[in-house]
Amino acid sequence: MLTKRIIPCLDVKDGRVVKGVSFVELRDAGDPVECAIEYDKQGADELVFLDITASHEERKTILDIAERTASEVFMPVTIGGGIKTINDIRELLHAGADKVSINTTAVNDPEFVKRAADTFGSQCIVVAIDAKEKEDKSGWEVFTHGGRNATGLDAIEWAKKMESYGAGEILLTSMDQDGQKDGYDLKLTKAVSDNITIPVIASGGAGTLKHLKDAFTLGGASAALAASIFHFGEFTIEETKKYLKENNISVRPCQKTD
Amino acid sequence: MIAVINYDMGNLLSVTKALTKVGAEVRVTRDAQVISDASHVVLPGVGAFSSCMDNLTRYELIEPIKKSVASGKPFLGICLGLQLLFEESEEKPLGGTNPKGLGILKGQVKKFSTEMTVDNEELKVPHMGWNSIKIQKDSGLLKDVPDGSYFYFVHSYFCAPEDDSIALTKTDYGVEFVSSIKKDNIFACQFHPEKSQQIGLKVLKDFSELK
Repeated sequence: MLTKRIIPCLDVKDGRVVKGVSFVELRDAGDPVECAIEYDKQGADELVFLDITASHEERKTILDIAERTASEVFMPVTIGGGIKTINDIRELLHAGADKVSINTTAVNDPEFVKRAADTFGSQCIVVAIDAKEKEDKSGWEVFTHGGRNATGLDAIEWAKKMESYGAGEILLTSMDQDGQKDGYDLKLTKAVSDNITIPVIASGGAGTLKHLKDAFTLGGASAALAASIFHFGEFTIEETKKYLKENNISVRPCQKTD
Repeated sequence: MIAVINYDMGNLLSVTKALTKVGAEVRVTRDAQVISDASHVVLPGVGAFSSCMDNLTRYELIEPIKKSVASGKPFLGICLGLQLLFEESEEKPLGGTNPKGLGILKGQVKKFSTEMTVDNEELKVPHMGWNSIKIQKDSGLLKDVPDGSYFYFVHSYFCAPEDDSIALTKTDYGVEFVSSIKKDNIFACQFHPEKSQQIGLKVLKDFSELK
């Protein structure tokens, strides 16, 4: 049967991993490719690189990372951050990315998602949604720019629209929970997942292995994305999968690599 | 030399790098002569079925592909490269009819229905992620691959061959579908060996060593 996916996410700035990764055995834990190799060894199911480099001129750096990763790691890699044009997507896919994640550009120009899906196929178009609970608790609002800019869009309606525009997957981050290590926003995850037929990746808030389990059992997510619990070696992917399996979540056994 | 057919659809770099990793000499090409000279041919593909057929037509690749299959040399189709081998797909373009495939194999390409359920959860489409294979028959290809191994899938359509005996593996996702086929010199898989870590590299190595 189809297994639930465990996805480490690496934030990359100017070609370096930020928010620190502390794998003791890595020669250079700041090198995204070294980190990708380590997660590949651990048995991660996919990898996400989020390029948070501010300037558009620095895109060559992320392309170089995509290409070097594709030579070393034979697993699906998603790259997001700063994608503004169809050509940005083409360059990333040609450099070896399997999927691209689009956030702000989708909000500014929803038709862009349609064009991207028509050109490259839905399977490689991930729409990232950053959502915050509305003050009256009536739902969630979509934000851009790392939670600074409110858009007025309702997260559930937006996810449905992006699905109809050809997104192949939704990367759903709770801005309330992100960085809190207090668990994913399960209500948000469940509400979005129940309203669309494409897979939802839960993101923002993972602090314990139970949080990952809850994303699947209570949130209805197809995949769980996490950063710090993996980066700082609190849990390996193998420990994570062992825990999930013991809790009756279907996961892919870790492949041992040589 | 393995020819990887380039018709501007999708990520050829992954397939190329994975084949290179297992020791194969690879050329990415749309030159009929190179395809004809190659010892092995790989037809990758992502995107929409009809766009892929349009591009194969535009680059005059349909005849070279049919010839290389007929020549008996090992041929590998991956993902859409599997689906294209069949007669017709339900993946129709907006306002269009079911597009015709290469028709090298008899059968249709069908869509997963979101009406179906898995463990009482509505089926998510695309079928995206790691799923296991059930090996249906012996072949030279999966000799190092244990039954039940996991491979990476990403697709919304699956092939339904007329002749079930060509099924090499099957996989469950709401329905039991044919996840790879083997017929004579044709091997084709719905999953992505180039994205399936070590187990996928084994499949590519087996393919590259076929005579």
